[in-house]
Amino acid sequence: MANEVAQKPGLWGWINRRLPVETFMSSQLLEYYAQKNFNFWYFFGSLALLVLVIQLLSGIFLAMFYKVGAASSFDSVEFIMREVNYGWLLRYLHSTGASAFFLVIYLHMYRGLMYGSYKAPRELLWLFGMMIYLSLMAEAFMGYVLPWGNMSFWAATVIINLFGAVPVVGPTLVEWIRGDYGVADATLNRFFSLHVAALPMVLLVLVGLHVVALHETGSNNPDGIESKQKKSAQGLPLDGIPFHPYYTVKDIFGAGVFLTLFAAVVFFVPTFADLFLEKANFEPADPLSTPDPISPSWYFTPYYAILRSVPNKGLGAVIVLVAVLAFFFLPWLDRSPVRSIRYRGWIFRTFFALFTLSFLGLMYLGLQPAEGIYVTLSRVGCVLYFAFFILMPFYSRIDPVKPVPDRVTFHA
Amino acid sequence: MTDIGADAYGTAIDQSRRKFLTLATSATAAVGVVFAAVPFIESWQPSERARALGAPVVLDISKLEAGQMITVIWREQVIYVVGRAQGLVDKLAKNDGELKDAKSEQSIQPPYAHNEMRSRRADVLVLIGICTHLGCLPRQFFAPGDPVLGASWPGGFLCPCHGSRFDLAGRVLIGSPAPTNLSIPPYSYKDQHTLVIGLDGPQAQGAA
Amino acid sequence: MAADSTTGQAAAAPHGRVDWESWHAHNSLKDLASLQRGARNFMNYCNGCHALKYERYQRMANDLHIPAAALEKDLVPPGSHPLDYITTAMPAADAFNWFGKVPPDLSLITRSKGSDYVYRFLKAFYVEPSTVTGSNNLAYPSTAMPAVLSELGGVNEAVFRQVKDAKEFDHFVNLVRGSMTDAQFDDFVRDTVNFLDYVGEPAQLERQTMGIWVVLFLVLLTWLAWLLKKEYWKDVH
Repeated sequence: MANEVAQKPGLWGWINRRLPVETFMSSQLLEYYAQKNFNFWYFFGSLALLVLVIQLLSGIFLAMFYKVGAASSFDSVEFIMREVNYGWLLRYLHSTGASAFFLVIYLHMYRGLMYGSYKAPRELLWLFGMMIYLSLMAEAFMGYVLPWGNMSFWAATVIINLFGAVPVVGPTLVEWIRGDYGVADATLNRFFSLHVAALPMVLLVLVGLHVVALHETGSNNPDGIESKQKKSAQGLPLDGIPFHPYYTVKDIFGAGVFLTLFAAVVFFVPTFADLFLEKANFEPADPLSTPDPISPSWYFTPYYAILRSVPNKGLGAVIVLVAVLAFFFLPWLDRSPVRSIRYRGWIFRTFFALFTLSFLGLMYLGLQPAEGIYVTLSRVGCVLYFAFFILMPFYSRIDPVKPVPDRVTFHA
Repeated sequence: MTDIGADAYGTAIDQSRRKFLTLATSATAAVGVVFAAVPFIESWQPSERARALGAPVVLDISKLEAGQMITVIWREQVIYVVGRAQGLVDKLAKNDGELKDAKSEQSIQPPYAHNEMRSRRADVLVLIGICTHLGCLPRQFFAPGDPVLGASWPGGFLCPCHGSRFDLAGRVLIGSPAPTNLSIPPYSYKDQHTLVIGLDGPQAQGAA
Repeated sequence: MAADSTTGQAAAAPHGRVDWESWHAHNSLKDLASLQRGARNFMNYCNGCHALKYERYQRMANDLHIPAAALEKDLVPPGSHPLDYITTAMPAADAFNWFGKVPPDLSLITRSKGSDYVYRFLKAFYVEPSTVTGSNNLAYPSTAMPAVLSELGGVNEAVFRQVKDAKEFDHFVNLVRGSMTDAQFDDFVRDTVNFLDYVGEPAQLERQTMGIWVVLFLVLLTWLAWLLKKEYWKDVH
């Protein structure tokens, strides 16, 4: 293949003799085989990439009009909404994109959990993915602060104060992060730089590594088996199909469905009933008045509910940290001989169902006031959430798994 | 229906349908990309604020005397308002031989300023004070025969950047790097002493 | 909507407890005449104290199809230019002295509180002689704002019930009739709220019209992509 291209005349041949464009493309698309039994859950990887592009484009343009500063940020966002041509569209693309990013990433991660995609040999692939998730949380949090509404201000105050739970250096650390004795202009300014420059670069590098690692091991699939290894008489994978054109056309269709829903939100319900853009953030930052009630964006609420269910600042912060980091250890916590939920036994399925319920339940509870029954339920959710991880080495070993088939399940 | 091939499984493939659908989808997507680019490109156009600040500027010229110049900003551009002496018409006509574009055919001005004086009124010259060469601000050297510029200097403007020379109607002299005469903005007179820059006003033709 | 106008101004009609918290503005941004009336209401009754610092007179006129002559004659105060932002003539220091706080800018009031809140607030003033302003408000207790619309909507007294240890609002009793009927005043408030809803996000008018075309286009593209996917996947058995 490489030689054929290199011998081509004209500009294309000239470029390919110097840079292996075509060889690279064909090795990553035409000769990259994926199992043919990908289902609905396999759309979200490519969709995450699409949302990343939307965020980069809209973000770059927003940064052309946004004026960072405690005295100017709020006004400049309104300037974008009202006076920049299509500024409102740029902002709604970006704010809706932030929520869409988390939605897509959560579904993508859930796919990994269901089909055991984190298991050997894909541990590094999973770790890069988790690092993307962590960077995305930082990116989203700092982006949320930039409009400098009252929710921005108090979200920054609360989250930064969490670092005060660090023993000994806590208070010094909090002051260092803020650059002032309270959340102030200095905080906003450094968050802006991290949000538009540092973290996007980190994200891009991690996404690159994630894709390289993926193409090394190949995708997992809903059956969790490696039947791609089985070759036909012509030496082609029996259960595999070239990524291009089959998965490119499928992903284009997925992108179409996604963009249609995305546009519907952007144009018709950009605030999404207070979930994507909160009312309280249309009031300028006011250090003299905490919004009531105060809750973080929906994608952070599971952790927020966990934080609130612990009546101790230090312990609460530690438990939230563990709740996020627990995902990193999955490849080593899971001792089951099978990957996919399809062939796992009732014990794993029960724990998995309870984990799913607890995550969604905590997401809901995090949006409710921290009182009465909500706190009790949060604690129950918290226990179920951690049980899934902590007990995994035990229940995954004794789980009565089903026999795994030789070839993937596929109905044309 | 003509190109029927077969895939690895031996199934008949309708190549023409594939080509058609690929083309239709790509073309529609390309149209989509063009439309999606519009808001991004449009966002670079002057904002509502810039356009509001670009509104006409009203200037009182009752104190403007011959040989004096007032500068104002309109749409981020410097506007020169110059008081000219009576009887300058004949003098300006004498310059014609030394000018690149004496009749202002290649230059930018509203129709009512496309005349010998390049103005609505002979005694007031309104110019965009931006050199048509590379955008510097030409300086005023109104006295004819200026000691520095030589005896033949008709009086006018000299650009400090690259030496472009213009007469008192903003017309560029031969030998200057500037390609055309200084541009004239739209303007009108609300009354004898009130100049409105940026508004063509009701009068279609100004009196020279 | 009809039920909303029975805010209790209809004389002392003890028809059970009035649930003011369920009042809805039911305003419509598609109603251009209502928006225009709302703009006039705002300029006449609110702008004395409240500004709309992110909105220009000219932008308002363009969006609401107010002719230039009407704009300059009726809406732009003397000394202001149509291209200016809608500020208030009241100096902030004076306002602070009179009301104890500076009246808030209302550009984003419907976005931060919601249209229904503003609607309820404007209809929920009642007499309370012990306060500085002589009135109080159900939606915003101890508000510093006087009941400026009482000449239109009338002066109401609030009747409370004793529920356990707390007082709970029951209904209004009308003391002085305003110059408007209940239905007229209800429309007046709705138009004003409608205008503030528009000011909260002027792009709303354009956004939804544009959205229909974008979504239709994307549906077409998705349909083509679906056909293409189906065609290629015929190969896969």
